[in-house]
Amino acid sequence: MKGIHNGAKLYTVDPRRTSSAQWADLWLGLDVGTDIALANAVAREIIKSGLTHRAFIENATTDFEAYEASVESYTLEYAEDITSLPRESIREFAHSYAKADRAQLCWTLGITEHYTATDNVCALINLALLTGHVGRWGSGVVPIRGQNNVQGGGDMGSLPNKFPGFQDVENPESRAKFEKVWGTSLPDKSGLHLSLMFEAMARGELTSLYVIGENPAQSEADVSHAIKVLEGLEHFVVQDLFLTKTAELADVVFPAAASWAESEGTVTSSERRVQRVRKALDPPGEAKDDIEIICRLAQAMGHDWSVPTAEEAWDELRSLSPLHAGMSYARLEELGGLQWPCPDENHPGSPFLHGRLWERPAGGRLAPFSVVEHVPPVDKLSDEFPLRLTTGRRLDSYNTGVQTGSFNSPIRNRETLDLAPVDAERYGVHEGQNVKITSRRGSIEAPVRFDTNLRPGLAFLTLHFPDEVDVNQLTIEAWDPKSGTSEFKATAIRVDAT
Amino acid sequence: MSERLVEIEIDGDTVSVTEGATLLDACRQKGVETPTLCYLENLTPINACRVCVVELEGSRILVPACSRQAEPGMKVKTDSERVRHSRKLVLELLASSVDMSLATDEVQGFMERYDAKPERFGTPAPPTEAGDRDSRHTGHHHAPTGELAETVAQPIKIHDEMYVRDYSRCILCYKCVEACGTDAQNTFAIAVAGRGFDARISTEFDTLLDNSACVYCGNCIPVCPTGALMFKVEHDHREAGTWDEAKQAVTRTVCSYCGVGCNLELHVQDNEIVRVTSPQDHDVTNGHLCIKGRFGWQFVQNRD
Amino acid sequence: MDLHFLDATPTDEERAALDNLLGPPTEPDEPGEALEEHVIRGGWQAAASRRHLLLPALHAVQGDIGWISQGALNYICRRLTVPPAEAYGVATFYSLLATEKRPPRVAHVCDDIACKLVGADELCATLEKTLDADSWRRSPCLGQCERGPAVMFQLAGDEDWVLTAATADGVRQGLEGGSERPTPAPSTPQTAEPREEGLRILRRVGVADPTSLDEYREHGGYVALRRAISLGSDGIIREIKDSGLRGRGGAAFPMGIKWDAVAKAPVRPHYVVCNADESEPGTFKDRVLMEEDPFAIVEAMTIACFASGSERGYIYIRGEYHHATHRLQNAIDIATRRGFLGEDVMGEGFRVDLEIRRGAGAYICGEETALFNSIEGFRGEPRNKPPFPTQVGLFGKPTVVNNVETLVNVLDIVSDGGPSFASIGSKDSTGPKLFCVSGDVATPGLYEVPFGTTLRELLEKAGSTKSIQSILLGGAAGTFIGADEIDVPLTFEGTRAIGASLGSGVVMVFGEKANLTDILLRIAEFFRDESCGQCVPCRVGTVRVEEALHRIVENDGRQNGEVELIDELAQVMSDASICGLGHTAASAVQSALSRNLLAPKDDA
Repeated sequence: MKGIHNGAKLYTVDPRRTSSAQWADLWLGLDVGTDIALANAVAREIIKSGLTHRAFIENATTDFEAYEASVESYTLEYAEDITSLPRESIREFAHSYAKADRAQLCWTLGITEHYTATDNVCALINLALLTGHVGRWGSGVVPIRGQNNVQGGGDMGSLPNKFPGFQDVENPESRAKFEKVWGTSLPDKSGLHLSLMFEAMARGELTSLYVIGENPAQSEADVSHAIKVLEGLEHFVVQDLFLTKTAELADVVFPAAASWAESEGTVTSSERRVQRVRKALDPPGEAKDDIEIICRLAQAMGHDWSVPTAEEAWDELRSLSPLHAGMSYARLEELGGLQWPCPDENHPGSPFLHGRLWERPAGGRLAPFSVVEHVPPVDKLSDEFPLRLTTGRRLDSYNTGVQTGSFNSPIRNRETLDLAPVDAERYGVHEGQNVKITSRRGSIEAPVRFDTNLRPGLAFLTLHFPDEVDVNQLTIEAWDPKSGTSEFKATAIRVDAT
Repeated sequence: MSERLVEIEIDGDTVSVTEGATLLDACRQKGVETPTLCYLENLTPINACRVCVVELEGSRILVPACSRQAEPGMKVKTDSERVRHSRKLVLELLASSVDMSLATDEVQGFMERYDAKPERFGTPAPPTEAGDRDSRHTGHHHAPTGELAETVAQPIKIHDEMYVRDYSRCILCYKCVEACGTDAQNTFAIAVAGRGFDARISTEFDTLLDNSACVYCGNCIPVCPTGALMFKVEHDHREAGTWDEAKQAVTRTVCSYCGVGCNLELHVQDNEIVRVTSPQDHDVTNGHLCIKGRFGWQFVQNRD
Repeated sequence: MDLHFLDATPTDEERAALDNLLGPPTEPDEPGEALEEHVIRGGWQAAASRRHLLLPALHAVQGDIGWISQGALNYICRRLTVPPAEAYGVATFYSLLATEKRPPRVAHVCDDIACKLVGADELCATLEKTLDADSWRRSPCLGQCERGPAVMFQLAGDEDWVLTAATADGVRQGLEGGSERPTPAPSTPQTAEPREEGLRILRRVGVADPTSLDEYREHGGYVALRRAISLGSDGIIREIKDSGLRGRGGAAFPMGIKWDAVAKAPVRPHYVVCNADESEPGTFKDRVLMEEDPFAIVEAMTIACFASGSERGYIYIRGEYHHATHRLQNAIDIATRRGFLGEDVMGEGFRVDLEIRRGAGAYICGEETALFNSIEGFRGEPRNKPPFPTQVGLFGKPTVVNNVETLVNVLDIVSDGGPSFASIGSKDSTGPKLFCVSGDVATPGLYEVPFGTTLRELLEKAGSTKSIQSILLGGAAGTFIGADEIDVPLTFEGTRAIGASLGSGVVMVFGEKANLTDILLRIAEFFRDESCGQCVPCRVGTVRVEEALHRIVENDGRQNGEVELIDELAQVMSDASICGLGHTAASAVQSALSRNLLAPKDDA
């Protein structure tokens, strides 16, 4: 907002006219699932208008020619057909982005909760490479994280193919480094991501599961299927602050302390800033710190790890992850957090990445353009399912509502199916009326609310109140083959008065 | 990049400050304690309270230190008779019309330092009926008798579980309006309405907060210098006589609700969170939070 | 901007009132309308660019409907992208705007100091007995001081108008909507037969038809602009500097310095603002000029724009001056049609557009920075200075802001040269000066005399030098002087020497029978009502002064330390307030007390 008050231009690309869209100089309300068509058309327009950053492309990128050829068919006219955005607006956006002195592309789950998640992201990265809006102060590509430690989870190795600090599991050198410190031998093959794990469970190949702080029994797409799979496990352990729907399915539940207020440690924000969380409260009853639970579990399995302090665990991590090596607790305290990479204790942290691309010649691996093509959402609209449902959050609530449900927000209404008023008229329902919402996978009920910021044809629900309105009964579990993310953002539904 | 320095004289001593610094910055740099009420580091100076005024050579009137930029060669007096008089009178005028009993210790200190005696303007008038001050028509007031000193006393507004608004304590420093507006939240739920002594902080048509644009970020509360805006939890503790800042520990942590990385300061009394603030000097939030960070902590206290 | 609106909807009439001003809406603005567009332009800059229409929009609804409902405010806010809380804050800032339902016809009865001297209190007493309480209200000075008591009718869906020399019957008829609406004769006794020779500012008053450009030109109009164009910007400013002209609005700032500063300011665009928010009790000179010689103001504004490099000028007229607004709008329309304004002024290749903005009942908007805020669509709260308007003025740009009378003087300076102008008056107070004479005199009205004329000479013209108890110089923000001080020369320096000021040229005479206590209480009440409320010394200080004054009155004039208390209050107000209102709010009261005008009298 400070940037806007200082005269920065904001373009918001979103099917819904959100708060951000209302602040935008131009809101581009594209159809759900057409991001690649838009990005490629913007790229073609930038190329055709001679607005590319030639020097940057030559110095720092590869595969430009193949990319240029691949976007050739994405004319403004074609993009207008696909996205439903007027061609002049696409052109304006392309020129404005390319000509800007500094520009950022920010996104969140509207880009990634799609069958084409990774391709969507690549399409945006292509634009940044095309214009040189990356690797410099004030420019860049910015995925905005939805939780306090999504970034940190990945940094710490909660990825099937990475050790902490993004070191490859399949790289023998990094594996050796970790084996030496951890005193054990480690698997030499990447593991499974969430969607593959569910498939493996469904096939009966994965029979035991240990879930820490996640509520898949309510948050997974096509949730009926997910619950069935979880119920089929031989052994199921859940560690959580709450007795969630998932925990109710478990054989063993470990009550955990809240990481942000009842235990010590670090989290990493969207901007790669590592910050300290601290214990302010004693956890209730027998709830324990995550470290203690894991170490005591290890002890029960015959390994004495003692129970290290959070700082001791962190110092071990620093010794293994060069990105974090310079981030002692003392420095994190003093500087209010540090942004990685921070390789040594004299390093000030890194407010932005990829500066190497501007070195001449560019340092490290060159950045490749990726050829990506528009693929429509898997769940097709039809006469039977004519409405496009997309999902998201509301301001005062969070995910499946287990945390935010406990405070009494004056601005929270119960869950509603938000519809454009003309659609409501078309389907013969009025505001406040309970309706049956049906997708190809299931049906639920919810009251209707009129939302003049929704275009006709688009409907909206959140996942905050799964006990009342279990939206994931409707969503499709079609997932991106590269990242494993399900297509929460594009479901075909129909609405019937009850 | 080196910053240019500006030399000015404060109470006879030369002080060098960076270009763009205010007289208040210069006073603080020199260690001259300067009272402020409407000033806050993370908000745009509104210079409405006038308690920070200093005497500037060549200026017919006193100037507000909080917003006047230092210019080379300025000569400033911070403790002249005129300065002391203005500061004393400003504090007296406020304290004679507003309940300052919950103002910070610092403010109580100013009152003592300048020997403020608000009672000399007369016995304070009793509270008005609820809504009276919200419906006064601009440009007209009932003639006073002179017996009672008019005040802003009025019933407290409690409409939800988030916070209370006790405008008997409001000194109209505009900080909450700024925090709700372009300085932080950009929500614009409240503004100053009315005029003169009848000016007040209000939503449109004094509509209740939950019907207004308010998003309950609570950014207006920590900026309030007099306790006019208060967390309901704190208000309840004070009413019950269980509010005890001596027993409170403040722990800094990070909010769990999204990836921004807002720092939280949890004020904990008897293993219960009683207030959530954010450090003003942290550049992720500059003291501001959203409804989830400010109020979404209840779940860690549901211990059943 | 992401705004939240109340659930209230406007009536068709409210919608029409605003659409008349803004044109029909181009995008959905109501719940229930479909969002067909896929692309909507918006954002902060776009919203900011419409904000200045807020006060005109509030006027449009108030004027047509008679009050501003929640639905109407909602509609205004949707159309202009203004947060409703802020719009409400603006609407409730002005006394002529109502945010509660009230009758479609309301009489504003002036009970301010000048009208008190001619029977306003008696009129109000009668109205209290005979009229519904919500059909009329007391008003601060309406700027009709030479012909009170004055009553302004605010009529929903009809032209507002002012009744002078009002009677209770006249008020009743006005409220019934049936009264004739006479236009009173000009209040310039010197232009009545036999007409006084040598009038300069008033030269066209009573001679040229103020609605006719041709008559204006026959009587010397647009000679000055022609000469100004040949002089060029530098030449004009040199003449102004040579003339020694000082502002006539009250602050007496040298005008050439202002114009020069704006002309040389690198930031663009520049603006010229004519301050016609004449609200100082006792002042009516600018009203007479706008009503009787409006083209002179248009021409002077054109010169000001040309000299300062501005393409746009605003004339901010107080909301109570309907007749003056009409006359001036007529002059602007004709001048634009005839090529004296617009994109190619007089075929000389420069552009000047003038726009009138109406105030809505707020004395403070006469303070130049409050005036800027008012035009920009914010509450009329003064800004801290520096920066000064010549650097950061209207819309944050370098701005020339001048009073009406000051501007009109420019015409002679440009036509005849600065030195010729400087030869009139004294060394530090050059040129002719208008004085608003009211109160206990035989012939109240607007008088033009050269600076340096003594107060006695002026009062002799108006027919009163005897039985004077006191004279108020400079208006409610001015100074009471005693009858023994009437030989003071009317110059900036002459009045300063006796601890008084000329202010806006008010000379209000209080005869032996006048109740000065009432007058002082009314002045204290005025400032308490008109303080914007932003800064503490003024917001609370004006209340405490009024209370102290009441205590003195309750004690039959015995003072019990109250004078000292008022002195202390006056000091903090003049030392630490943000603007001129606070600086001078206690000065008239203080001057009366220091001259012992309220002391218990032997016969009391």
